[in-house]
Amino acid sequence: MSERALEKLAVLADAAKYDVSCSSSGSDRKNKNKGLGNTGAGICHTYTEDGRCVSLLKILLTNYCIYDCAYCVSRRSNDIKRAAFTVQEVVDLTINFYRRNYIEGLFLSSGIFKDPDYTMERLVRIAKKLRNEHNFNGYIHLKTIPGASQELIYEAGLYADRLSINLEIPTTSGLKLLAPEKDHKQMARPMDYIKNTIIQTKEEKKIIRSTPKFVPAGQSTQMIIGAAKESDWQIIHAAQHFYKAYHLKRVYYSGYVPISNDTRLPALGTAVPMVRENRLYQTDWLLRFYKFEASEILNPTNPLLDLDIDPKLSWALRNMHQFPVDINQASYEMILRVPGIGVTSAQKIIAARKFSKLRIVHLEKIGISLNKAKYFITCQGYQQQFVHMQADKIKHYILSQSASKYIKCNPQQIQLF
Amino acid sequence: MQPSANTIVLAMQHRVLEYDGSWYGLLTLVFEVYEHKYQVSAIVNRLKEEIQSDFFAQNAMVTTNWQKAERVAKGLKAKVGAGSLEELYEAYLSEVKGVEMLILKAIQYYFSMQVAGNKNYAHPQIIEIKKIVKSVSRERHRMKAFVRFQRLSDDIYFAIVEPDFNVLPLIVKHFKERYADQRWIIYDVKRDYGISYDLCEVNEVVFGAENTGIDQKNIVTGWHEEEAFYGKLWNLYFKSVNIKERKNTKLHVQHVPKRYWKYLNEKL
Ligand code: SF4
Repeated sequence: MSERALEKLAVLADAAKYDVSCSSSGSDRKNKNKGLGNTGAGICHTYTEDGRCVSLLKILLTNYCIYDCAYCVSRRSNDIKRAAFTVQEVVDLTINFYRRNYIEGLFLSSGIFKDPDYTMERLVRIAKKLRNEHNFNGYIHLKTIPGASQELIYEAGLYADRLSINLEIPTTSGLKLLAPEKDHKQMARPMDYIKNTIIQTKEEKKIIRSTPKFVPAGQSTQMIIGAAKESDWQIIHAAQHFYKAYHLKRVYYSGYVPISNDTRLPALGTAVPMVRENRLYQTDWLLRFYKFEASEILNPTNPLLDLDIDPKLSWALRNMHQFPVDINQASYEMILRVPGIGVTSAQKIIAARKFSKLRIVHLEKIGISLNKAKYFITCQGYQQQFVHMQADKIKHYILSQSASKYIKCNPQQIQLF
Repeated sequence: MQPSANTIVLAMQHRVLEYDGSWYGLLTLVFEVYEHKYQVSAIVNRLKEEIQSDFFAQNAMVTTNWQKAERVAKGLKAKVGAGSLEELYEAYLSEVKGVEMLILKAIQYYFSMQVAGNKNYAHPQIIEIKKIVKSVSRERHRMKAFVRFQRLSDDIYFAIVEPDFNVLPLIVKHFKERYADQRWIIYDVKRDYGISYDLCEVNEVVFGAENTGIDQKNIVTGWHEEEAFYGKLWNLYFKSVNIKERKNTKLHVQHVPKRYWKYLNEKL
């Protein structure tokens, strides 16, 4: 590889960074025949200076594009430096980064040059080369190019661990305004095809064990937050729909970073909506791990998330009649709904209460966040004195006790509640 | 003053037990505690600590015995499962002061219980063990993430680490399975030993006195001709993926604590 590759990498990594997906988990590809790599560990090998996980070599094959989506740096009307990797360059970069333990694998996306099939064919060729010529078993995430043929998507699925198509703008009107050349149907069609092929492959695998893997880590998508004027309800509603209808593994939310002085978009210099993005991730977690329905958290008459408190606390304060929850009696589902108790703590509570009736000291040791939970629970030796209190008073107390935590924004926090 | 009959009995039962610092040594020690019904007042790692003596206790040296250790391991597996035994092993690797005593107490608690005591998240010793295991686990995870191999001219991929705990034994499997087709060495300069894979198996290596002073400088002299270029590419990649509008140094440092930077080439 030549020095020229340095320049290309600078351009094509920079252009790919707005896709926030970095996950390398959900697949368990084993190292076959003493080859290179495996997947399943989902390791972040480093973190960017803005605190995001770096797990994959995330690059575009090229940033030339025939489309002109307003929110995208690679749009054809944007006057920027353009570059394109060769197939071999991407392969060499991936293998050499992987061997040095820099990455878990490759996340390859691309601007659309010439036409969708021409672009998709090259993405597939890279994945195929990595798998077949280099016996590479690390993680591969490919972008599905909208409009690519089903044959190519099928082939991509044979080599990739994950495929994704970004919705970017969740509302039809927003998409029409900002990316008039695109439509949601064009994105839903391949998602549907991939979902069905995944199901079919699983069925076949039950009968014929040697059936080749097909997108073992499933599909994901991304929505940009704050580019069009969509509400949180519209975003979460779309997310829930896509989780259910297409069995998506993840929906990512990416706060819009102003990159253009197009009047259809927030002006340059507008702050990235990071707190909002964080609240959306928390809501997403409530859907996926806490058994909430989108409509319990948001609805058309109540379309925006509280920015000053997390959505679970916000839900609890609107539903005080469901509390207090008795830690020693309540179901797992109800314990999960207590603000300040996460999935691990809830599981520990269920396990530990078989030994003795739990008291506040036990809960402290289990590691729940009592400054929130104390308003919503009873347990051995602890009576609920706050239950008659007004919800907004409780909110005020909680906020005043943990002011710093809520004012400062921590968009990637792992402990979400 | 003559000691009373009572104190003599006490002195006979209380022991300071010494072992050789190995995991099997510690398990043997547990076996002996049960066999002789010792009351243990302290456990001493002969490899590390000066021998202590306690006025009221007698010292006894435990001789590591593979069979006795295996019996304890088997008993524990049956009682609380392989996972909990692994937890105790990881706690041992933490090398935290006093961890041996804690492990002994946890084992005594496990054996004293009818039900699986390892699930009692409210028990003080179990909490303590889980806490240590959590930090060891975090360190193991960090090593999987922060090992940076440098390709040497003889095609060995070499990495230096300085982990807080002795976690190399815990990452052997991961690296062996992942990098099955390249030779590699991961060297812990703090404990002065490494693990080395020769395309077949993983062995411990110690660079003898004549090789002391393994550091970044003398590794660079042995670099493969492409190493500098890929290091540069990685460094550039790291800089290019940053979104300056989202800068959050506090979060960054929380994820990648500064003490690890010295071996991360993207941070150079
Ligand atoms: S098609 Fe993709 S790369 Fe091209 S302008 Fe739209 S978002 Fe950007």
